[in-house]
Order: sequence, then C-alpha cells, then structure tokens
Amino acid sequence: MHAAKAFGAVRAVVDASIDLYGGEAHALVGENGAGKSTVVKMLAGVHQPDGGELLIEGQPAVLTGPAAAQAAGIAVIYQEPTLFPDLTVAENIFMGRQPLVAARRIDRRAMRAQAAALFERLGVQLDPGRIARGLSIADQQIVEIAKALSLEARVIVMDEPTAALSAAEVARLFDVVRTLRAAGAAVLFISHRLEEVFEICQRVTVMRDGRTVLARELAGLTADDLVRAMVGRDMPQRTAGERSQPGDEVLRVERLAREGVFIDISLHVRAGEIVALAGLVGSGRSEVARAIFGIDRYDAGKVTIGGTELRRGSPAAAMAAGIGYVPEDRRQQGLVMDMSIQQNVALASLARLRRGGLVRSASERAFATDWAQRMRLRYGRLTDPVSTLSGGNQQKVVLAKWLGRHPALLIVDEPTRGIDIATKADVHELLVRLAGEGIAILMISSELPEVLHIGDRILVMREGRLTAEYSHEEASEEKIMSAATGQLEHSK
Amino acid sequence: MSATVDTKQETSGKPPRVSSRRLTERVFRIRESGIIAVLIVFVAITVSIEPRFASQQEVQFILANTTIFALLALGETMVIVSRNVDLSIGSVVGLSAYVSASLFGKIHGIPIVVVFLVGLGIGLAVGVANGIMVAIGRVPSLVVTLATLYIVRGLDILIVGGNEVVAQTLPNAFIEIPRAGVYGVPYLAIVIAVVIGIGAYYLRSYRSGRELYAIGSNPEAARLAGIPVGRRVFTAFAVSGAIAGVAGVLWAAQYQTVDSNAGTGYELTVIASVVVGGVAIFGGSGSAVGAAIGALLLQTINSALYVLGISPFWDQAIAGALLLAAITLDRIISLRLTAALRRRSAGVGT
Repeated sequence: MHAAKAFGAVRAVVDASIDLYGGEAHALVGENGAGKSTVVKMLAGVHQPDGGELLIEGQPAVLTGPAAAQAAGIAVIYQEPTLFPDLTVAENIFMGRQPLVAARRIDRRAMRAQAAALFERLGVQLDPGRIARGLSIADQQIVEIAKALSLEARVIVMDEPTAALSAAEVARLFDVVRTLRAAGAAVLFISHRLEEVFEICQRVTVMRDGRTVLARELAGLTADDLVRAMVGRDMPQRTAGERSQPGDEVLRVERLAREGVFIDISLHVRAGEIVALAGLVGSGRSEVARAIFGIDRYDAGKVTIGGTELRRGSPAAAMAAGIGYVPEDRRQQGLVMDMSIQQNVALASLARLRRGGLVRSASERAFATDWAQRMRLRYGRLTDPVSTLSGGNQQKVVLAKWLGRHPALLIVDEPTRGIDIATKADVHELLVRLAGEGIAILMISSELPEVLHIGDRILVMREGRLTAEYSHEEASEEKIMSAATGQLEHSK
Repeated sequence: MSATVDTKQETSGKPPRVSSRRLTERVFRIRESGIIAVLIVFVAITVSIEPRFASQQEVQFILANTTIFALLALGETMVIVSRNVDLSIGSVVGLSAYVSASLFGKIHGIPIVVVFLVGLGIGLAVGVANGIMVAIGRVPSLVVTLATLYIVRGLDILIVGGNEVVAQTLPNAFIEIPRAGVYGVPYLAIVIAVVIGIGAYYLRSYRSGRELYAIGSNPEAARLAGIPVGRRVFTAFAVSGAIAGVAGVLWAAQYQTVDSNAGTGYELTVIASVVVGGVAIFGGSGSAVGAAIGALLLQTINSALYVLGISPFWDQAIAGALLLAAITLDRIISLRLTAALRRRSAGVGT
C-alpha cells in the first residue's frame, strides 16, 4: 500500500509503502511516532488516507470505515483488544454475524460450536460460553484472532501484540501466527522487540519519520541493521572529555532517612554535573528524590541548596530554591493532559508571565514557542492538547516546563521511559547540554546504558541504602548490577 | 493462562468440574432469581402479618399498578442496556394521557384504537427527537432527555391549562381496559406480560438486540466491530418514546382523571425498577423480564406498606434502600464472577 495521511498539522505518515504477501509474517518496525500506528488505523478503516492507494490482491480498495475494512478481509488485533466484557466469548467473535435459524433468530448452540471449532483450529483452549470479562490480555487477543479467522481475513494486523504477554503466552501466540500463515493469511506484525521479529517474521519494513526506509527479506539482516535504519544514524557516543569541569556544589544531602523507606543517604551534586542514581525498581531512588523536592517528608538528615538548608516537606520552598522535578509518571504527575502544549510549558512559570494578576496569552505563546524550538519539539499547534504528542515529545514539554524557571538543580526520574530511540538520544543530548550550561542534574534511571552514557558519577542504591559510587570512567554494567543486587557485599 | 500449549492430552472429554462451575455461573448470571427471592420473602412476611394482602382485590390492585411501570421498564431497559438513559418518559406519559383522553370529549364516538395510535404517535415523536439528538447530535442522553422532560412537561401544562379530563367524558369500554380480567388477573396484565416477553426475547435472540448490549458493554469496540451504533441507539429511543406514549393512554384509562401532573416522576420509579431488576446502569447486561419483576417488586412494597398501615414515607425510603441493595449486589456478583472466571482461566492450563 502507498498512503499519505496528514494528521493534525503533523504529517504523521508521509509516504508509507508496504507490500504484504499471503503466507508471510511481515514485520513493521520503527520508533514511536514513526507512523506505524497511523498505518494500522488506516488499514483498520478508522482513519482514511489523504492520498496514495491501497491495493488488495491487485484491486484498489477504499476503506470507508471499520465495517469496510472487515469486509475487505483486513483484521486488526490491538495491543489491548477491545472486547465486549459483558458478552460471551462466542458472541464477541460473531457479533453482527451470528448464525441464524428460522425467523432470523440467533442460533446460540451453532454459534458456540463454531467458536469452539475456531479455537481448535488455533490450537488453544477457551470456553466459548464464558463472558469476556476477566480474560487475560493474551486470551483476549486469541478471541480477536478467532474473530479474524471466522471472517476469513486475508490480512491480519497485530499491533504490538506481545507487549503485555508472558514468555509462554508469546510462544502460544507465535504458534497461532504460524497456523495463520500456513492457512495463507498475511500477518503484519508490529513489535519493538527485535528478537521476536527475527523469530517469527520473514520480511521487514522499517519506517522512519513517516517514510518507508527499508523493505526486504529479514534473512541476512541483524538487529543492529534494523536499529540503524530506525534511527537513521548510529547512536551518539559521549566522551567524558567533552565536558567542562563541574563547578560549585549545588545540592548537598546529609544522612537523609525516612523510616522503612531509605536510610543514611548522603550525596552531593555540583553545577554542570550529571549524577545518575541507579538501582533496582523499589530500591528507594524515587522516594529520595521526592523527599528532596519536598513531596514526601523525611525523618532525619538535611538537604542544602547552594549552602542554605531547605525546609522539609514543601515543594514550593524547593521550587523557590531553584529545584526542578520531572517525575517518573509524566502523564499523571508531570502534565495536565487536557491542557494545551503552550499552557503546560508555561505552567511552572506563570508568575513570570503575569501582568497585573492575569496571564497574557501572547507572552505565554512567545514563551512556549521559544522553548519548543530549543527542545526540538515535534508538534502540530501549540494550542493542541498535550495528550496528542508522542511520549518523547511529552517528556520534552515537561522538561521545558521546568527549564523555563532556570533551575539550579534538575531532578529527572526515568527521563526516557517509554520513549523511542531517537527522542531518547534527543533527551540525552539535551541533558548533557543543560549540564554544560551549568545546571546540576540528578537523574534516576533503570536503564544501564543511559546511566553509563551520560552519568558523570553513578550512585547505586539497594534496599534504601547507597551501596556504591563510581566515576564515569570506572563504571560498568557489571559493577552497577552487582551493587544494585547485593552481590558486591558477598564478593568482598 | 500460562501453560495451555502443553495440555493437549486433556482435550478428550470435558472435565466435569467445568460444567458444574458453569451451573453456578448460570445461577449467578440469572440476576432475576435474587429479586424473585426478595419478592417471595416480602409477600410471605406481609401475608403472615395481614392475610388480607393475599386477597384477589389486593392482587388485582398491585398488578394494575404494575402494568404501566413494567411496560415503561421495557423501553427504558432497551435504552439503559445501550449505556444511555431516557428521562423524558414521565412527561410523555402525562402529555399522551391528557391529549388522548381529551379526544373522547372532543370527537364523539372516536374509536379507542385511534386514541391509542395518537398516544403512540406523541411518544414516538418525542422518542425520535431524543434519538436524533443523542445518535446524530452526539449529545449525552442524560442532558437530552432531561431537556425533553422539561419541554414536554411544559407543553403539557400549556395544553392542559387549569383543565382536567374527568371520568364522565370517557367511554366505558375505555375505562374497562385495565379492569377486565379473570380471577383478579387483568387481561391487560397478561397482554403486557406477553409484550415484555417478546421484547426480552428480541433483545436476547436477535442480532440488533444483541448489538444494543454490545454498544452498552463497550461503545468503542462496537464501533470497531462495524455495528451501526447511531441507528441502534436511535431505535432504542424511538421505541422507548412510543412505549411511553401507549403507557400514557393506559394511564388515562387506569386513573380516569387527568391533569397536568399525570406521570410526574415516573421516569425515576421506572429507572429504579430497571436497576432493581438487575439491569446494569452503565449498560451491557440485564433483561427486560428482570426489569418488569423489579417494577412488580416496587409496586408490591408500595401496596404492602399501605396494607400494613405504615407511613408512605417508608415506601420511598425502602425503594431507595432496595436500589442501593441492588447496586451493591450487582457489584458483588460481578466482582465474584470476574474472580471465578479468572480462576478458571488459570485453572484450564493446569
């Protein structure tokens, strides 16, 4: 298919071409925001292409809606399927197409028997008579696949089906995919997990910035080849030498403790320095950050910013002292999803943008435009709700919100979680640049490559305690992991 | 579901455990069984205190009162099942009751069938208006039908003015409609019961009926499944309106004196009946039969309290308590059902 789709003001899919053949599993890969989801929505009939054409078995097809896509033999299995929780599994499969008997009544028994036959063909065990509520995600996908099978779909699109599945469930799904292929269907398989792509697919299409950049057989390719095609360049490597020497101490934490959460935390961050706080999830890293910023209380110890002690338990005091805090869960805690990009960017700087008690839209706009450029934000209009942005761009908005206040210290918690590779690199570059401008950065991260890549110093926490500190040069994945898991103490 | 792949040896013959579980589920699923039990207990207690409650006259009175509410509950069930609500029915009953009954005074010898058709037409018109605004205008039904509740009631007051229709102007054959019967069971109650049965069967066994449940269960999935959501919701409102129109004519026959207050507040009693009868307030499950039994329960309580000489205040309070109980029960059942199904999901593979 060739398709162009202008999506908001961002042309989400500029020129996507995918050739699908019956009997093959075809991988569609690309970063978040590359346009994969838009392709899926066009194939599902949810969005209509603005240009280009879709050929099914050589015939041009126009999908005016979900029903038309279904009739054309295209079925889409979403990452989290949309079933009718109150209806039975069999009804979910046959909704609108239930087998009928005299007087157009639904033949329930036949419906269940047909559903059971579908499950048998797929080689799975599911009771067609139970209601869909309470089914695991994997089973919900099976129900959708059974539906696709009953529709005799020739094209089955699976949009990140394995994201929420356990290893055994993935294995079962792959068996099902093989069954579908053997039956002559074309499976379009979308996944971020490249090892799965190599396991199940024969051909691949890589999309970047809405364009098809690679389309060929998988045989002879490596995961690195795919990543390079997705990102469009090799991952930038930072060398410690690029960086200016850190300046004065900005943050000092002394013997900070909160009962049952963390104890005896002493650390400092200097101007122009990125200190990475590594450790396993649940080791107390985020809690330390929250205590420093004043969201949570602490029982003992003290926090000083630029030499003055910070009042505990007051985010307002922390902000006034020049701390910016980018939380882990940006959707819940970092952004007001229904407000515009512009409003979100300006949110923490309203005092500066205020004239006579009112926030002027023009100055808010100028402020946001400036930051959007500096952040290389990809957006349609500044007045669009921030929820329309991709995860990486949302993170840039959160960062812009705090940077607008010119903080002395920026605390970032998992800054690149759920962000695609290129935007991740953008965020890393940005953090390094900010450090270069003299901001002190305390970064919490569970991604070791990230920690090793941009951390000047790396602190490791385990079970509420600091267990190790490494310089950029001496740190390695093995050292950090052993400090985070406690193997360090045993080996000593 | 972690180990289903390696359980092929189990496929020979279903384990009996599953079928017995299915039985308990079926009992769980028949929400009506709970409310029938409440009804029986309530009647038994009342009769043991006041035997007069079991008299033919009393039964006839309760059934006569129930018919209109049970009929309205059928239309409301169709709407609520699709995750909507129709608040305008009480006002439609009032307008239809006055306009249809006053026809007898204005046109002498007008056939009763024509009067019913006029009532039905009034209801259908309001239902169609509701349906257009909800299905095409995409305005939440709560707002749309709240607006038509006031508009139709206002229209009613405008037409009625200070007048009222009195019993003397109504022909005997009309007044007899809710009263004629055998052994204290009005023919009308039997007819309505059949109508409700047909309605429930339609919702259960026809594609368009099932699609209403699908829409209420997950509107987004319904759209993705290619269900004509707008058309189905529109039809539900049109039918609910038409039913309310007919119910208005029956109201006139039942109470004979019609002023501008007729049917006021009926929408809430009907919604309470529907929910007590096991229809989920956010759609997707429940039956018209359950809703009708819910109406019967509320009317029985109403009469029982009267017979027992208890203040009418308690009637309202008990209706409210029942509503809470129904919602609580609904929640508990659905949680336990979900848990049971999860367990079974996990159990299949082992």
